[in-house]
Amino acid sequence: MSKKVNITINGYPVEIKAGETILEAAESEGIKIPTLCYHKDLCVAGNCRVCVVEVVGQKRLSAACATPCEDGMEILTNSLKVRNSRKQIIELLLAEHNADCTKCYRNGNCELQTLASEYKIMTQEFIELVPLKKFSIDMYSPSIMKDDSKCIRCQRCVRTCAELQGVNALTVAHKGDQMKITTFFEKAMRDVVCTNCGQCVNHCPTGALVEKNYIEEVWEAIANPNLHVIVQTAPAVRVGLGEELGMEPGESVTGKMVAALKRLGFDSVLDTDFTADLTIIEEGTELLTRLKKVLVDKDETVKLPMATSCSPGWIKYVEHMYPEYLKHLSTCKSPQQMFGALAKTYYAKARNLEPDKIVSVSIMPCTAKKYEAYRPEMHDSGYRDVDYVLTTRELAILIKQAGLDFKKLEPAKFDRLMGESTGAAVIFGATGGVMEAALRTAYEIVTGRDVPFENLDITPVRGIDGVREASVKIENPVEEWAFLDGVELKCAVAHGLINAKSVMDAVKSGEANYHFIEFMACPGGCLGGGGQPIPTNAEIRQKRAEAIYAEDRGLPIRKSHENPEIHKLYKDFLKEPLGEVSHHLLHTKYTKRERY
Amino acid sequence: MANSHQLKRVDFIFRNENDWEKVLSNTIKKTPRDLINELISSELKGRGGAGFPTGLKWKLTSEAESDEKYVICNADEGEPGTFKDREILSRVPYKVFTAMAICGYITGAREGFIYLRGEYKFLKEELEKVIDEFDYYCREIKLDFKIKVFMGSGAYICGEETALMESMEGKRGEPRNKPPFPTQAGYQGKPTVINNVETLVHTFTIFKYGAKKFYDLGVQYSRGTKLFSVSGDTPKPGIYELELGMSLQDFVYEFGDGDTKAVQVGGASGFLVPRKKFKDAAIGFKGKLTGISLPTGGSMMLFNSSRSMFNVLDNYLEFFREESCGQCTPCRVGCQQLLLGIKAVKRGDKPAAYLDKLLRLTETMQYTAKCGLGQSVANSFSSIVENFREEMIY
Repeated sequence: MSKKVNITINGYPVEIKAGETILEAAESEGIKIPTLCYHKDLCVAGNCRVCVVEVVGQKRLSAACATPCEDGMEILTNSLKVRNSRKQIIELLLAEHNADCTKCYRNGNCELQTLASEYKIMTQEFIELVPLKKFSIDMYSPSIMKDDSKCIRCQRCVRTCAELQGVNALTVAHKGDQMKITTFFEKAMRDVVCTNCGQCVNHCPTGALVEKNYIEEVWEAIANPNLHVIVQTAPAVRVGLGEELGMEPGESVTGKMVAALKRLGFDSVLDTDFTADLTIIEEGTELLTRLKKVLVDKDETVKLPMATSCSPGWIKYVEHMYPEYLKHLSTCKSPQQMFGALAKTYYAKARNLEPDKIVSVSIMPCTAKKYEAYRPEMHDSGYRDVDYVLTTRELAILIKQAGLDFKKLEPAKFDRLMGESTGAAVIFGATGGVMEAALRTAYEIVTGRDVPFENLDITPVRGIDGVREASVKIENPVEEWAFLDGVELKCAVAHGLINAKSVMDAVKSGEANYHFIEFMACPGGCLGGGGQPIPTNAEIRQKRAEAIYAEDRGLPIRKSHENPEIHKLYKDFLKEPLGEVSHHLLHTKYTKRERY
Repeated sequence: MANSHQLKRVDFIFRNENDWEKVLSNTIKKTPRDLINELISSELKGRGGAGFPTGLKWKLTSEAESDEKYVICNADEGEPGTFKDREILSRVPYKVFTAMAICGYITGAREGFIYLRGEYKFLKEELEKVIDEFDYYCREIKLDFKIKVFMGSGAYICGEETALMESMEGKRGEPRNKPPFPTQAGYQGKPTVINNVETLVHTFTIFKYGAKKFYDLGVQYSRGTKLFSVSGDTPKPGIYELELGMSLQDFVYEFGDGDTKAVQVGGASGFLVPRKKFKDAAIGFKGKLTGISLPTGGSMMLFNSSRSMFNVLDNYLEFFREESCGQCTPCRVGCQQLLLGIKAVKRGDKPAAYLDKLLRLTETMQYTAKCGLGQSVANSFSSIVENFREEMIY
């Protein structure tokens, strides 16, 4: 593809790579062509038509996103014909859209609103269609709300659900004026095969798909003097939050985030990373135990490969799509839910608080976490373990509402107890991170030595490929794990459910014989989660990942089993990994779900 | 118009020719290159309405490199007022199959499909019987070509060639972005010839009688004959094969009821010609409405003075509002706006000048809609509103 073609854009000659679209060519020349249905994560649809441009000599306009440049093309991106048409298309979209902007959750971060503002659409001459149709808001899911009156039918959500996730919970139905984006049999999102991953929310240009927010509930809890409100923050939040608050992608804002949370009035600002470390201890021990049961005891009820269970989108996906593999899932709760269970037991006891006076809030890059916290089995403390889950975006709203100048905040440190963490926990936020953290610990448990990778950086499991494989050969183990001598531990990492599907199908067909697989529902792992700042795309995910690995490198402790608070937790409360208390509080079970 | 001439009835398409085996076996003795040249020299253009040169389409597909290629016969006849393809498939299906097999021989396709309109399900059984016979003969002459019938499900948009292919692939019938065109990447992403039923029958005529016979009929740019589906206020509705290039005046003289107010040429997505422009309008390809040469899929609807042009337009817009696939903004929302808009003007809720806003909207739809459906709504809208403005308002 090194062939070049010569075109002109708005009269200026440009040399570009053959095969580039008009949109790409214009972008590389610094000319912005407005788009709505286009998203860098997705295949080209070419249906909104706002990116139309004029190709001199052609009567009809061309969609810049879908038209490849040909040698000699003379392209006009802003001719009067283009402007008039584009403006009319925006007017049409507004006529079909419930443009009640001041009452919209996406007010201020809506691509249609931005476009209307850029083109100064000051009047609405077309007939408004929203009042002529019956719309109802689907607000039954604990994670996602869907308001068809705000939908512009760009199908980004449909393509997201199909191409990135392979779930197809959302689909196009009917035609003409009745055409709409809906679910199987037009059921509520709650009642279909939806993993709550929120990628549709992250890819929606308007307010048609948004997270169910719990902002007011959290403010009320904070304001109640009788309640002790604690907050935990997931690893990926700290590398995304800055984007919502005027900073560039890739800036890690851990200290500022902690400072902001303290100023918001949380009684204790703690870290999900702490329970990420705990997850590694429990899950690593579980893996080794499973290996022993399978390899030594020949116990056929124990299943390999073992799959990670941190990502609630992935969990719900398996429950629907591969229910016969539930026994392969690690029984470990996710770090969020381990934290929740400990908050109202261990933490309450240590701080001498009544558990029913504790409100446990979590800040997650994720919408599926809202559903996870709502699951009936997540009440092992005797109370709802996690009361409210906010996305990274909701936290940014809290910070803005409180009037904090985020950029100027002096970094602060997490509180104790349950605020200490390691580099191994931070990398949970990136695809491959759980695998890497687990290997750092498991290898050391088995051999007494560091993993055989320079600087503890297990680079084969890092990166952006949808599926990655690695193997670690175990040599000279300590006596307890002697049976693993010479065993090559085979691991795989998959992110984005479409990739999870291909790995699961390989496992199912017997093609793949892994011991341990990390699955993350979202592209890039949690840093690309459905609750992260909008926009999210490959370039931004890459920057967030770099920030995460930089954070890991900069931390003094980089192995979960060296976290001193974890040692204290086992000594004072849990006693031993996979022990009785752990079993009760930190492990869970899964439910077979139907596919329709 | 200089090219115009008196109506000339012709009988090629429905002529019962029981020598299709001979036509097929003789034709495939010639080289694909010679056959393509023959087809190109006939100047046959697609009879579905868009008028793309058929020879060029086959040539492009034959030149495309691929192990798999396909021939599709578009029998999703759905344009309001068109009913000729149904007749062809019931009376001379073997001509269609022969043409498809020749196309397969030329392009290298080994599989052909009839995409049959959902409402034409009653034809399926009979077609498949003929296909069985046809298959038997193909095997006999060792021609590797199989034909299957694929049933459409009743969406007008699936007559659009790329939406049709999406539909065949089991997806939602939505038009694709072009390029790539089907000749490069069609059904299953493979090079595909897709032709209207009637177009294929014309190629049968050309391969049997030679390109010259076809070329000598019709006028410059519009060679050969065409089937017309005549309906509306006419004493003799039906299907007629006529030479292209006739004037609308002559057509109305033949088919009108003496009180013809206007003729809709080309169905809902075609143009309405008012009485005062009959003598300037010729039926054929190339040219613009003023001056006038009207391409058509063959639908000719006559309206006499008892008809309200508002109702006619209202009916078309109602159709488009429902039959737009709904994916692209200008078509989905535009059709709704046009329909609601003319009603609002009629009621007096919008001023008469709002019609001009709607005319500008149809221009935008024409420039920006993703496929021919949305692009051609402007045709009937502007020709009706411009010629019968007072009927829209009062």
